[in-house]
Amino acid sequence: MSEEKAAPRLVEVPGPTALGGGFRRFFELLWLIAVNDFKKTYFGTVLGYVWSLLRPLALFAVLLFVFTRIFRIGSEVEYYPVLLLFNIVMISFFQEATIGSVASVVNQESLVRKTRFPRLVIPLAVVLTGLFNFGTNLVAVVIFIIAFGVPVTWTWLLFPIIVLALFIFTMAMAMLLSALYVRFRDVGIIWSVLVTALFYATPVLYPIEVVPPQYVDWIMINPLTPIFEQARHWVIDPSAPGAVAVAGSYWALLPPIGIYIAVCVAGVLVFRREAPRIAEEL
Amino acid sequence: MNIPTPLPIASIGLQASDSIQAPGEGSVRDFSSSPVVIRAEGLSKDFEIPEYRIDSLKERAVHPFRKQETRILHALEDVSFEVRQGEFFGIAGRNGSGKSTLLKILASIYTRDGGSLKVAGQLAPFIELGVGFNPELDAAQNIVLNGVMMGLTRQQAEAKVEKVLDFAELHDFSELKIKNFSSGMLVRLAFSTMLEADVDILLIDEVLAVGDAAFVQKCNDAFRDMKESGKTVVLVTHDMESIENLCDRAMLLDNGRMTKIGDPGEVGREYMRLNFAEAADDHDSWVPSDQRAATMLGAWLEDADGKRVSNLAEEEVIRAVVEFEMRSTVEGPLFTGMIANVDMVHIAAWEQPVLRDGQPIEKLEAGERVAVVTEIENNLVPGRYNGSFRLCRNENADDVAMQMIGAVDFVVYGTSSSHGVVRIEPRQSTRFENDE
Repeated sequence: MSEEKAAPRLVEVPGPTALGGGFRRFFELLWLIAVNDFKKTYFGTVLGYVWSLLRPLALFAVLLFVFTRIFRIGSEVEYYPVLLLFNIVMISFFQEATIGSVASVVNQESLVRKTRFPRLVIPLAVVLTGLFNFGTNLVAVVIFIIAFGVPVTWTWLLFPIIVLALFIFTMAMAMLLSALYVRFRDVGIIWSVLVTALFYATPVLYPIEVVPPQYVDWIMINPLTPIFEQARHWVIDPSAPGAVAVAGSYWALLPPIGIYIAVCVAGVLVFRREAPRIAEEL
Repeated sequence: MNIPTPLPIASIGLQASDSIQAPGEGSVRDFSSSPVVIRAEGLSKDFEIPEYRIDSLKERAVHPFRKQETRILHALEDVSFEVRQGEFFGIAGRNGSGKSTLLKILASIYTRDGGSLKVAGQLAPFIELGVGFNPELDAAQNIVLNGVMMGLTRQQAEAKVEKVLDFAELHDFSELKIKNFSSGMLVRLAFSTMLEADVDILLIDEVLAVGDAAFVQKCNDAFRDMKESGKTVVLVTHDMESIENLCDRAMLLDNGRMTKIGDPGEVGREYMRLNFAEAADDHDSWVPSDQRAATMLGAWLEDADGKRVSNLAEEEVIRAVVEFEMRSTVEGPLFTGMIANVDMVHIAAWEQPVLRDGQPIEKLEAGERVAVVTEIENNLVPGRYNGSFRLCRNENADDVAMQMIGAVDFVVYGTSSSHGVVRIEPRQSTRFENDE
């Protein structure tokens, strides 16, 4: 056997994997698909951008009315409308990206079964598209910040840290859910209930100060809570308590951080374990 | 009648089609000194077929310890082969033989359960045309997306858009969303995109027989170009014509095992044998033994200059040449022919004794090589046709010594109406009863 020529070397084929076929291809595919999906929502219809803004804005209008006119929680909080919109935009990203990713791999069945497609791209593209929407929705938040005269602070520069923390958590959740859904179809129903519960277990509608002290610890177990509190502290109202202040101490932040890390690890492990066999399970 | 000297024709199957008729093609290329680019050793793959499937957490929770009852299906068992650089390698098999599973393992879509697989260079599978096309995107965007899927960089893919559109003849539609494409346009786009994949090894699954006749011709040319440019191609198919026409080597899978590897002609015959063995319950041959008096060597059409053609103009005389070698002596040989169109409508049939210098001959001796040339007036309307031939014995058209069904395929082109099946020349006159 003459293999000394310029021919490429024979390399053992590992079989299908989550990343399948190299990092460059992985990221280019991820980017192309996310950008295409994003463009589709924005340029597909005349009112593309308006439509995608309409959902969070409509939700915002209803909640604003309920929580300032009926429950009056909002009236005591500084810049409540801005905070409410900001929170809705952040939680919408998490909700839409995770719900969208649950069935994503199963829906892209033909890609998985008929091409050598890096499986991980599929849920991550959903999350990345969500991130782009998040970015455009933030424009509305900026308009509100200016309209309500929220003071400019240097801590705005720290906002990317919040986005990163939220993005990573959402990605991990998307990986976990989309991989489990291939085997267990009721994951979809379970998650739709859980995501609603998480919406109320995160200080989106209410500021953390109004929560009775005996429940604060429970709400702080939710890994989204410290992220939202820190975002409020850095962006909207520096006088509001940050994540550490709400928790009471650095140690008290360990449970949410622990869950955060656990979800990330589980997402990676489960997806990696399931990825090679997804094509056969479908 | 003149009998031309027999031409050496290597391994032409029962069907002689356009792409192989050029002399010299189909001749065996030798790759034994080329480097190995795919080496599979003892590949195996089992599927667990659950008796019933647990696909909810609820069931899992209600019966946490219930062992799922499964049946093991051995889709592939101990399959080993090598493909060398530049080879056109065929994987043949009937439905359920494991050929698609093997392709998916080669393509890293399925995990293998045993054995080792080594590949040199970049490899791209084409299991179905147009997978990954996004209907909401236009043609150009889809070409880029698919290019990246096949392993090109974005810049490389963008640079190829023009070329792909040219080949697919879709330049005027580059900005149309492909959800508005006709299925023919989609196929052309998908195939053209595939051809631009700049990979070392292509894995192709039965995507050949697509599109209209002209496009199929174009694709066959493209495959030949690919072959000549030294691309390694693995073709999975149950179409023996493509195996014999295109492949340098082939293997046959049956029930997950490799039953034959080597010469495509032999693999094709083995496949036929397998296929007909069940139907006819005859394990020696699928052809009845009394119909094996001769071996067909080739069948083609010629123009007036003796050049092989597959297309005829309207009114151009059909000159069909059928060449065969006698295996046993046939007394009172009769040669019959039949022309049918694509709808399998039999248009014309004829029978003649085998003539030599215009005189019927008494017998064809074993070992003789004969080319029967038949000229037929061409009254056919434009369209696609095929010709079948038989050699019969004892001057009896029902006593078949050899038959060649669909031996030649040809197209009659022209501008006249293609209504009906034959062209007639009506001569009209009128009679008016009241005139006197």
